[in-house]
Amino acid sequence: MTATAELMDFADVVERFDPVLGLEVHVELSTATKMFCGCANAFGAEPNTQVCPTCLGLPGSLPVVNGTAVESAIRIGLALNCEIAQWCRFARKNYFYPDMPKNFQTSQYDEPIAVNGHLDVVLEDGAVFRVGIERAHMEEDTGKSLHVGGATGRIRGAEHSLLDYNRAGVPLIEIVTKPIVGAGERAPEVARAYVTALRDLLRALRVSDVRMDQGSLRCDANVSLMPTGSTEFGTRTETKNVNSLRSVERAVRYEMCRQAAVLAAGEKIVQETRHFDEATGSTSPGRRKETAEDYRYFPEPDLVPIAPSREWVEQLRTTLPELPWERRKRAQEQWGLSDAELRDLVNAGALELVAETVEAGAAPGEARSWWVSYLAQQANTRGVELADLPITPEQVARVVTLVAEGTLTNKLARQVVDGVLDGEGGPDEVVEKRGLKVVSDDSALLAAVDEALAANPDVAEKIRGGKVAAAGAIVGAVMKATKGQADAKRVRELILERCAQ
Amino acid sequence: MPAISRDEVAHLARLARLAVTAEELDVFAGQLDDILQAVARVGEVAADDIPPTSHAVPLTNVFREDVVRPGLSQQQALSGAPRAEDGRFRVPRILGEE
Repeated sequence: MTATAELMDFADVVERFDPVLGLEVHVELSTATKMFCGCANAFGAEPNTQVCPTCLGLPGSLPVVNGTAVESAIRIGLALNCEIAQWCRFARKNYFYPDMPKNFQTSQYDEPIAVNGHLDVVLEDGAVFRVGIERAHMEEDTGKSLHVGGATGRIRGAEHSLLDYNRAGVPLIEIVTKPIVGAGERAPEVARAYVTALRDLLRALRVSDVRMDQGSLRCDANVSLMPTGSTEFGTRTETKNVNSLRSVERAVRYEMCRQAAVLAAGEKIVQETRHFDEATGSTSPGRRKETAEDYRYFPEPDLVPIAPSREWVEQLRTTLPELPWERRKRAQEQWGLSDAELRDLVNAGALELVAETVEAGAAPGEARSWWVSYLAQQANTRGVELADLPITPEQVARVVTLVAEGTLTNKLARQVVDGVLDGEGGPDEVVEKRGLKVVSDDSALLAAVDEALAANPDVAEKIRGGKVAAAGAIVGAVMKATKGQADAKRVRELILERCAQ
Repeated sequence: MPAISRDEVAHLARLARLAVTAEELDVFAGQLDDILQAVARVGEVAADDIPPTSHAVPLTNVFREDVVRPGLSQQQALSGAPRAEDGRFRVPRILGEE
């Protein structure tokens, strides 16, 4: 299979064809436990340490639904303007694949908890595009496979695979759009803007940490083309492994160009799952899918139906956060931002991050400065979204506090942040491990001052002779000796004290 | 009601990863047909005012609190696995040569 398929120029594609998109977003809920058992739901643990008989599918084990996960599902449905089912069931989706040790995934089939909603998506130029929501349903995540022996770590060509079931059973909400038609040349942008808006909404709901890099938010993009002016949808492909907002846009654009070339050559689109390659920005055929009938869905006998009372639903409706644009307006007023500052904040994807940092105790100005300058640069260098940086608002707030307390200088604070980003632990841990505390202990500083004075006797003599300006050289030497961890002002005071004796 | 075809039985057997011989296909087609016909009789008494029943117990909303409970250790989890490697279950090649 060649990676370099024929592509039609994008301008020609949109002239000859109308794209139809369907986006399926899977979001892992940030509940404390899994969907059907009390195992911890936390990312990054040692393999197979967050498992039990239920999520391993051992005989005799029985599932019980996580009430908090249902609550989150209903809140997501409400935030997406959906109707919440009066009564719905779970279903078994049967398939043999080692990522599900039960040999079925507990999901919802024809009775999703939320149906028929919409999300208004704001595009770059301010235009609003309404994306219809078909359904949002509850299910469980699968285990994680590691394919060994293949050249690319992909399943094809692998000799064997290794399975970690920590993720198996993690609560998952699948959100499916109605067919998105009429986006035309803006289809790739709409796809990206939709996933961005959904991510912002889910973050505001606090139901997930929505980390695309860690897979807690995943997008599958269905794309098809029909000749311009037609109303009959073409054959679609489903592209998986789209792991960043930028990739959503690229994958849709690539599929449009590829499919157009196939259709223009008089060939047919093969309905298939395709795999997105971040490195090349192209898609290639993936595993063949079984049809819905082949999954032999049937109502899950081990779980009773869910019938959310209207009182419960209405009570949950009162817990919905502000809509993102209302939120922006309020932030602007609270933090006294100019329009340009607000735009920078929003474009950097930093509004909620700053809000959470402020909530965690940082001053708004400090919080904003960290996210839109230093951290934005780091995100840029690493090629990830700001929110996907491996640092939390609480950690940033802690760094701000450490600076405010005088434990860190701004320069040291950046080193602490670097340490957190490099996975060395939380701010306090990095301070400890790297030994980054400001040296405020006078005895330690005095030793360094005496040493510097002794090493530069002529400078010391000048200071004693009243040339206070010469102290700068000694301050420099002390700062160098303490690797920048001293408070320069205090060092200066100590030098002058010493020389006055 | 038409009998379940040999092809359908073969398809189901493939989905269930069962190796079924040609003779067995005929046997199972006959048996499955009997079962389907028996179940079909339920449909004869079903009325519009009776909703399809999947659960015998009239319960809804049985929820668990979102509180972590101890599970298995890695060693316990892997103890029943035919093969394990690096703390993970080792399974044979998933995709065959195509």
